[in-house]
Amino acid sequence: MASNQIMFILFSAMIIVFSVLTVTSRKILRAAVYLLFVLVSTSGLYFLLNYQFLAAVQLTLYAGGIVVLIIFSILLTSHISQKFEPYELKKSVFSAIAVVAGAVLSIITILDYSFSATSEAAKEVDMRLIGKSLLSVEYDGYVLPFEVISVLLLAAMVAAIVVAKKSGPEKSISPKLNQE
Amino acid sequence: MSTGIPVQYFLILATIMFFTGVYGFLTRRNLITILMSVELILNSVNINFLAFNRYLYPHKLEGMFFSLFVIAVAAAEAAVAIAIIINIYRRFSTINVEDASEMKY
Repeated sequence: MASNQIMFILFSAMIIVFSVLTVTSRKILRAAVYLLFVLVSTSGLYFLLNYQFLAAVQLTLYAGGIVVLIIFSILLTSHISQKFEPYELKKSVFSAIAVVAGAVLSIITILDYSFSATSEAAKEVDMRLIGKSLLSVEYDGYVLPFEVISVLLLAAMVAAIVVAKKSGPEKSISPKLNQE
Repeated sequence: MSTGIPVQYFLILATIMFFTGVYGFLTRRNLITILMSVELILNSVNINFLAFNRYLYPHKLEGMFFSLFVIAVAAAEAAVAIAIIINIYRRFSTINVEDASEMKY
């Protein structure tokens, strides 16, 4: 067995185990740490597929940025030691049935379909090519989505600040509404 | 580099990850854990894009750039979602989806 097969098995086992733990763990901080493990193993898969740039982006942006953001908001909004009450049995059983049915259907479809690869030579993905494609207006250029995504990110950051900042003093601390 | 691993394995792995995320989305009641399930779903889609790009169209880069943009959108989505969650917590003192049932006042 080649080394990349061993690495694939290792990464996929980690992804499956930790994603199941992410959605079933009853301690919220642990769920966030399991999510971190899933994201790091996903970046390992990207390395395996030879997309080094995207693996680095995944490590810095997802594992470094989003998970830290999630952990911060967990610390702001809940007690670390607090445990969720177990799910309603009916809800989780029906969700599990729906999910397993969907997964089985998708896997059967995947195994049925015969994927045909092209015979063209693989392109070497280096940083220069990525940068040129991102800023090119030619046929293979991505300058329009790049600009759109930058405007979207700016708008999202401004919106996040506006939504999360404290409003005026009369509205800042409202009584618990669900106690009526 | 990716020889010896059929493309179907990547797709099956992404399918399992996707439906795990869907399960968490359906059963969780805490807003932050729902957000984590959405991140799982987005990640599985990224794996699909990259596997298709590497195996079926290795002379192009469309899948790589699409997953790059998906990552950027996911970052924006997480920032806005966490701002909304903090605002909800300030109003209702909880981030349980069943307790926050009113949209205004």
